[in-house]
Amino acid sequence: MNQVALPFKQIEANDLERMTKKQKRIKTFKGFSFLAPSVLLFSLFLFYPLGRTIYLSLFLTNSSGITTVFVGLENYQNIFLSPIFLKSLQSTFLFVLYTVPGAILVSLFLAIIANEKLKGIGFFRTMYASTMGISTAAASVFWLFLFHPTIGWLNQLLNVIGVAPIGWLTDPEWALISVAISTVWMNIGFTFLVLLGGLQSIDYYLYESADIDGAGYFYKLRRITLPMLSPTLFFVITVTFINAFQTFGQIDMLTRGGPQNETHLMVYSIYQEAFMNYQFGTASAQAIILFVFILVLTIIQFKLGERKVHYQ
Amino acid sequence: MHPVELIAVSKSYDRTTKVLEHIDLTIEEGEFFVLVGPSGSGKSTLLRMIAGLESITGGELRLKGNMVNHLPPKDRHLSMVFQNYALYPHLTVKQNILFGLHAKKVKKAEQEQRLYETAEMMGLTDLLNRKPKQLSGGQRQRVALARSVVSQAPLCLMDEPLSNLDAKLRAHMRVEIRRLQKKLGLTMIYVTHDQVEAMTMGDRIMVLNDGTIQQIGQPIELYNQPANLFVASFIGSPKMNLGEATIEDQQLTIEQTLQLPLSMSDIPQVIQRRNLIVGIRPEHLAYAKPEEADLWLEVINIEHLGNETLLTFEVGRELWTAKWLGQWLIQVGERVPLSVSIKHFSFFNRDSGALIQAPTENQHLEVVAL
Ligand SMILES: Nc1ncnc2c1ncn2[C@@H]1O[C@H](COP(=O)(O)OP(=O)(O)OP(=O)(O)O)[C@@H](O)[C@H]1O
Ligand SMILES: [Mg+2]
Repeated sequence: MNQVALPFKQIEANDLERMTKKQKRIKTFKGFSFLAPSVLLFSLFLFYPLGRTIYLSLFLTNSSGITTVFVGLENYQNIFLSPIFLKSLQSTFLFVLYTVPGAILVSLFLAIIANEKLKGIGFFRTMYASTMGISTAAASVFWLFLFHPTIGWLNQLLNVIGVAPIGWLTDPEWALISVAISTVWMNIGFTFLVLLGGLQSIDYYLYESADIDGAGYFYKLRRITLPMLSPTLFFVITVTFINAFQTFGQIDMLTRGGPQNETHLMVYSIYQEAFMNYQFGTASAQAIILFVFILVLTIIQFKLGERKVHYQ
Repeated sequence: MHPVELIAVSKSYDRTTKVLEHIDLTIEEGEFFVLVGPSGSGKSTLLRMIAGLESITGGELRLKGNMVNHLPPKDRHLSMVFQNYALYPHLTVKQNILFGLHAKKVKKAEQEQRLYETAEMMGLTDLLNRKPKQLSGGQRQRVALARSVVSQAPLCLMDEPLSNLDAKLRAHMRVEIRRLQKKLGLTMIYVTHDQVEAMTMGDRIMVLNDGTIQQIGQPIELYNQPANLFVASFIGSPKMNLGEATIEDQQLTIEQTLQLPLSMSDIPQVIQRRNLIVGIRPEHLAYAKPEEADLWLEVINIEHLGNETLLTFEVGRELWTAKWLGQWLIQVGERVPLSVSIKHFSFFNRDSGALIQAPTENQHLEVVAL
């Protein structure tokens, strides 16, 4: 009995193993075939350019971007010794410091008031979100008018209240702030919409329960709204943060990096190196440095955020 | 002074249709009052109006004798347990329980004291540092209860607090809530759509349908003397057997198929002869010895519940159910002998649905008062 039963069982076990292996292979194949399009696109438009940039950053190039001399890390060394780049670095950090908290605080405030159940609130929600639909170029033109030294509304307003006019885009003291203000305005639409969505997904039962418990408005804001909104806030902060580092359009339109390089932010600097000065090697090195900055800061942010953010 | 009084209260969300109409209600101190009704009847709306979460369209709401129509929820000194518990997902059990005390700036020492007592009472001591999502349904339920207990509000509102639990846990929590309420002397308003829950928990029950009060009374009263057809068919499980009936020549004809002899003295309040609906509880369709049977009916379905057996018959266009104690080995299709007594029938007016005559005899054993 045993002798008959044993081989039979073995065959069965082998078969089973073969079958599961085959199924596993099919599964893996299926998984990869679903991944293939995005892997392809990413390789084409992300990984290859990244690799190419790293490669370029180690060379000097001629004006059409053909590598000429291998210089190793010299490009990086030169960059960190260049006062213009250091200035640009400083301006970029200042700019991030102005725009990220600015955009977040303003849009959080707007989102909280637009989340009230009032008549006609839809109108305000549309208004607040509307800057999302305006291109950087159009918005910049609009702000150019506002900032105009003589006929701009801002200076006219100052004139009315008896304050001396400000050279919004020409005064080195003000230029970065002005660009930051216009950037905050442009970013509000998106951050507002995302934050409002986050607010609306908070279960209203929580507020009713808190009402019965006797909680006041600010107590609810602090103990319920902000913690429940933290994942959304975190997302929005990360996105605005990365966006701020990558600001280009409004700089190009409003100040072209001036006055006195005050608004010479990193991406604008890269653009100038590459397409004005035809220094593709240095430009690539700057791009890599910017990439590393953003990467490191985002990682730090995630590490810090993890502890504070409450995920459902 | 009554803890809660509603005087001609009505509610409309859209100014055209009334969700609640002319609700008059007085709740006594320390009472377990159950609001029951089918889905959409306005139970939650009524409860939320008492809590102050919903505005009152018409009428007057009084708490402890004071009119409070416009008082915000936090000044009404009540606690509420929501159907989905409304626990704060980002706070621990301890923070959840203390949320209200913290908001009201109760002293630290007292907070600790109350937290300790409540956690002890609800068996939550070991769970204080967990987040709600790390709890089972029953534990979450207990946290929600603890939150309302810790507030020491004399009036507690509950909106279908057990509907998310499985049957066994629900039965257990019913007892626990009831015991807690008695122990703390709370006045409780408890909403449910489950009539069994209403019957087992309530000191008094209010049956609501389509925003109007159908009947208010003690569970036994509702069961024995349902004020109308709605209450009759809503309270009791399986539901009361109903059928259209006429009376002719000392004979009651039900659904044009069943005929029972009757004498007028059995039903002194029934004057009309047509347009009647009669009802009889399943336990009153009793087994009879074949030679003593009042009627024979064919069994079309049979359900064994272990300690009792449910038999379904076809009577005209209606399906009637009989509930017999014990286990009966009967086949579908068999005809079984039944005894029925006119004294167990309720009589309703078919047009208005109102009760004309309640059963003159209610149980095999009469209601026993101790
Ligand atoms: N915010 C609202 N706006 C408009 N109509 C509402 C609103 N809330 C409830 N209603 C309506 O009021 C009626 C009663 O609703 P309510 O929630 O009180 O029912 P319920 O008895 O609690 O039902 P359930 O057992 O399903 O919880 C329903 O017809 C419902 O559609
Ligand atoms: Mg409800």
